[in-house]
Amino acid sequence: MAAVPEKSPSLLPPAEVLARTGRRRRFIDSAARYGMAFGGISVIIAILLIFVYLLYVVLPMFAGPAVEPVASYTAPRPGEETLHLALEEQNELGVRFTRSARVVFFRTEDGSVRDTHQLPLPAGVEVTSFADADPALATVALGLSDGRALVVRHRYDVTFPGDERVITPALEYPLGEAPVLVDPEGKALLRLAVQRGEEGVSLAATTADRRLVLTSFQQQTSFLDDSVSYERTSVTLPYPSEEPTRVLIDKDLREFYVAGIGRISYFDITDPATPTLVQELSVLQGDDRIAALEFLAGGISLLIGTSAGKLSQWFPVRDDKGKYSLTHIRDFDAHAAAISAIAGEHNRKGFLAADVSGRLGIYHTTARRTLLVEPLSGHAVSHVAVSPRANALLAEDTQGNTIFWRIHNEHPEISWSALWGKVWYESYEQPEYIWQSSSASNDFEPKFSLVPISFGTLKAAFYAMMFAIPLAIMGAIFTAHFMSPRMRRVVKPSIEIMEALPTVILGFLAGLWLAPIVEKHLPGFFSLLIILPLAILLAAYAWQRLPGTVRHLVPAGWEGALLIPVVLLIGGLAIAMSPVLEVWFFGGDMRVWLTSTLGVDFDQRNSIVVGIAMGFAVIPTIFSIAEDAIFAVPKHLVNGSLAMGATPWQTLVRVVLLTASPGIFSAVMIGFGRAVGETMIVLMATGNTPIMDMSIFQGMRTLAANIAVEMPESEVNSTHYRVLFLAGLVLFAFTFLVNTAAEIVRQRLRRRYSSL
Amino acid sequence: MSSLRSWFKSGTPWIWLNASAVSVSLIMVFGLLSLIAVRGMSYFWPADILEIDYRENDGSETRLIGEIWDAEKVAAARLKDGGYPVPEGRESIQRYLLKQGNREILGADFRLVLQTSVLDRRKPENVIAVERREWGNLYGYLRSVKEAGRVVAAGDGALAELERRLERALRLHDQIRDIEKHEIGDINYGLERLRLRERRLELDGKLDAQSQAEIGQQRRLLQEQYQGLQARLGDLNAAIRRDGFSAEVATGGVVDIALANVVRVYQPNRMSVFGKSLFYIEKLWEFVSDEPREANTEGGVFPAIFGTVMMVLIMAVLVTPFGVIAAVYLREYARQGPLTRTIRIAVNNLAGVPSIVYGVFGLGFFVYFLGGSIDELFFPEALPAPTFGSPGILWSSLTLAILTLPVVIVATEEGLARIPSAIRQGSLALGATKFETLRHIVVPMASPAIMTGLILAVARAAGEVAPLMLVGVVKLAPSLPLDGNFPFLHLERKFMHLGFHIYDVGFQSPNVEAARPLVYATALLLVAVIVALNLTAIAIRNRLREKYRTLES
Repeated sequence: MAAVPEKSPSLLPPAEVLARTGRRRRFIDSAARYGMAFGGISVIIAILLIFVYLLYVVLPMFAGPAVEPVASYTAPRPGEETLHLALEEQNELGVRFTRSARVVFFRTEDGSVRDTHQLPLPAGVEVTSFADADPALATVALGLSDGRALVVRHRYDVTFPGDERVITPALEYPLGEAPVLVDPEGKALLRLAVQRGEEGVSLAATTADRRLVLTSFQQQTSFLDDSVSYERTSVTLPYPSEEPTRVLIDKDLREFYVAGIGRISYFDITDPATPTLVQELSVLQGDDRIAALEFLAGGISLLIGTSAGKLSQWFPVRDDKGKYSLTHIRDFDAHAAAISAIAGEHNRKGFLAADVSGRLGIYHTTARRTLLVEPLSGHAVSHVAVSPRANALLAEDTQGNTIFWRIHNEHPEISWSALWGKVWYESYEQPEYIWQSSSASNDFEPKFSLVPISFGTLKAAFYAMMFAIPLAIMGAIFTAHFMSPRMRRVVKPSIEIMEALPTVILGFLAGLWLAPIVEKHLPGFFSLLIILPLAILLAAYAWQRLPGTVRHLVPAGWEGALLIPVVLLIGGLAIAMSPVLEVWFFGGDMRVWLTSTLGVDFDQRNSIVVGIAMGFAVIPTIFSIAEDAIFAVPKHLVNGSLAMGATPWQTLVRVVLLTASPGIFSAVMIGFGRAVGETMIVLMATGNTPIMDMSIFQGMRTLAANIAVEMPESEVNSTHYRVLFLAGLVLFAFTFLVNTAAEIVRQRLRRRYSSL
Repeated sequence: MSSLRSWFKSGTPWIWLNASAVSVSLIMVFGLLSLIAVRGMSYFWPADILEIDYRENDGSETRLIGEIWDAEKVAAARLKDGGYPVPEGRESIQRYLLKQGNREILGADFRLVLQTSVLDRRKPENVIAVERREWGNLYGYLRSVKEAGRVVAAGDGALAELERRLERALRLHDQIRDIEKHEIGDINYGLERLRLRERRLELDGKLDAQSQAEIGQQRRLLQEQYQGLQARLGDLNAAIRRDGFSAEVATGGVVDIALANVVRVYQPNRMSVFGKSLFYIEKLWEFVSDEPREANTEGGVFPAIFGTVMMVLIMAVLVTPFGVIAAVYLREYARQGPLTRTIRIAVNNLAGVPSIVYGVFGLGFFVYFLGGSIDELFFPEALPAPTFGSPGILWSSLTLAILTLPVVIVATEEGLARIPSAIRQGSLALGATKFETLRHIVVPMASPAIMTGLILAVARAAGEVAPLMLVGVVKLAPSLPLDGNFPFLHLERKFMHLGFHIYDVGFQSPNVEAARPLVYATALLLVAVIVALNLTAIAIRNRLREKYRTLES
């Protein structure tokens, strides 16, 4: 390079200015480089963020519970035998009922006594037995030595004087302060059961002279002054063969159980005046003995703990003839020592069990989950109580120590088997897959099986693909390989427009316009499947036989346009013929025929409608990717094949499709991914019932539609909310896999084409 | 026969079958578009009103007045089973769905009418249709116009008098609405802001006597204004209640109707085609500019249009920089390797993830997590009522921005790829840095492609409903996200959306049959916007391709 003459006047700014601006420019340039890189990588961050956040919401569901030992102290007012322990809702106060008819309210944190009440017992009468009703009712009964019983309820009033919470415990007597007569013969009550319903109170007892008595107090409201009185009915039941160890009445006052050593008698007491023995059966094998028997929340299931440490759940199941029998439902992980106490949670289907070695287990029944096993005490645990919100427990061991723990157990009802397996829910006749997330009733147990909605998702996608794949791929083959370029310039944008149509419009038309039409012209739609291809072949042959002068008016590659009137005509014909077909083959009404002859249920918004509407939505996706793949097949391959004498069709099948098949495969995968995640169409074009039925005449509920329906009303961070996030995560993961696979296949194909 | 066999052997029939798939697809696309177009556009056309003498199933004769809404052929056997009188020898019978209006009198807007039971049908010229704010349409004959219960006009001149008085009533109604919605709305907004300011000061521990007095002063001022408006409102309400008219309905009874409750009175049977066209345009204008009435089943969709546009605009502002930067990185900066491959897979996945998943993510992350944190930091005075911690337009736009990010990236990348590398090299050779080349040469050249991507993204976002159902859309928003109250743009507000409007009115409305034409009209509007946007994008893209083809050669 020639040297620059030294004195020539430079137009450039002075060197120091240049250096300064140069530094600035370099700085901006490199800053931009990093900024851009960050922008690019933020795409990955975005997708990771979605994944991580969904996971972050879902994971706590599967995390086990945690317990936090808070305090252990000598039972308040020691020296008296504990009959019962309970906690109030805020876990601030506990209550202890003792053999000497004392009720002690104490602070759970340190065991200091808040209040002591002496229950009003007649003189010379002793407490011989004790029973508690459903824990949510906070009602207990003390059986007395004179055949009477005292029913007591403990209550907690919360007030906020000076912005501070004060809980005041109180006792009330639903049947009056005077004990009521349970055994008309006045013998001591040895085992007692009590339950309070809307119509009154029922008590059952075994007496010292080996009789089994059931007494109910029906509530009578006076018409004059709304005062309440109780009418007593007492009946004696057959005494079981084994000496009763425990008696229980269910929450709805319909069932009554008497347990012996290994046998349970099951009475129907719907009419308290005439109880009937439904069944007496052995619930244990070998010389195992019933050590603890409690109701699960809701009063339907029995939880049996045995002296060998086994735990099982039983409830009455109705058979085909409408007869109930107590059935073994499931076992839980056994303890090493005899079970000594069981406590059911108040509102959930979980329970706590403690054994004589002092270990505590937390279980959930329908999730079949052992949530936690921890040593609670060094000694046998005699009483366990769980707080109404299931976030604390109170226990007492045989050494008279009271133990207070907090429990963090938000989502016990979720387990792999509850989500994906058949679960035998209470009041069902067999294990089933059920999705039922909410109900009007309070006692309701949400059922979160993802199987029916996953099934619905795949079913919807299946029918959509049945409709879309043939049309999209055949269309793509013709467009890419045979169509004239001029027509292609019209067809491709049209199909792109098809892709842009909002799915809410497709769903609306499917639900309100297409569904009634399909219902009305059902035979026409099915006949179209056969008639249309035949008619097209016929039309093609007829075209072939036309004189060349006519044929040459339309250049090759315009067959698609030529066939439009044919398709329209046949479509119209099929619809018009539909009533005739219906009269000929289906006795005038295909819907009725389906239901009565085939026994198939028919929904107006069914899989046909969804298949067509969602097929419509995925056709453009599959079409454009498949078309690109076929169009990109190198021309020299095609020309080579044609030059060798293969017909265009042979070339297509043996060369083009073979080469483009990975691309077509990835098109189908991406279309499938889209069908799986589509929300609005399914939401509007089906009835959204979560059923498991492959029938084309019925609807379904899909994961996506389920989220759209239920998410707005689910409580934040509840199990339902997290399960819906899990549904979202399942969708995300599924489409992620499908799309990634499709993308990798496509990238490979692109490399292969470039090497050809 | 052999020709048939050889024809099959040649494979031609299969080619024709493939061609038919294209035909079917095309028929579906254009059929669907024309279905929406026809149904949507016919909504505004005033239909003739028929008067029908009809024999009921029990043999009694009644008079019906209404519009024919729908017609279908029904198998005679099915009607017979349903207990209808069916003449012998008929296989099918035409059945009409008659919109008879007068819901408060007849109990239902619609009834089915069998053609065979129609004794006589007429198109009386003087029948009037009354569009009301409650109870749907009324069809009947005008009997008299009343002022405070006193007849002021009857007979031939009545209609002219009615129209004159209706004009006054509509004017008054506009004033009332203006006061109720805007002026009182503004006062309420002001009062709420004062309450929040007070609470804020209290939380900060700065609520002293002086500021308390100041706030009290302002509050009194607003309340005085409110009292004044209340009084004016009372006068206006009294004035609007003055007029009414009575009309004879199909049952023969005469009903009194207050003009305060009337939107429009017209005589469709007397209108010429030109008159009907004018009416059509008027209704169309009402549809795009007015607010919905009667649980969204009547009136206009203006708030939904506004909400959709607003949301899409905010989304465009959010998505463009990110999309463009990502595309520039992929095309101009990154070395092609595992990282770019991963990014591409991520982009493809973003495009393939179901939209409802974005909704779930948006609800959890944006609304509850981000929004909740923002509320705690910046709006503690409003708690426990959420400000940003509940679904709103900002979160909807953000959610859709992620959803449409791949669209912008792919389109921009394509545009960048089409710019010949000679241009870049030329710029670099002249001493420009890479960033300067990008900023002054490459990105401006690619701007039509960026535009294309943006248009496609907007089109996609405008039609997306599922995620919005979780992150901010409502069936009826009390106020628009943009109004005259400081800070004017209310990003935390919920909004209405055309797509959701379709879903809501079509599927959740109490009177689906009556609302259906409105849904078709809304669908047409939405489709028209989206198709127009897409066609624009396609046109820009094609022009761009042509441009660079000439540049390259």
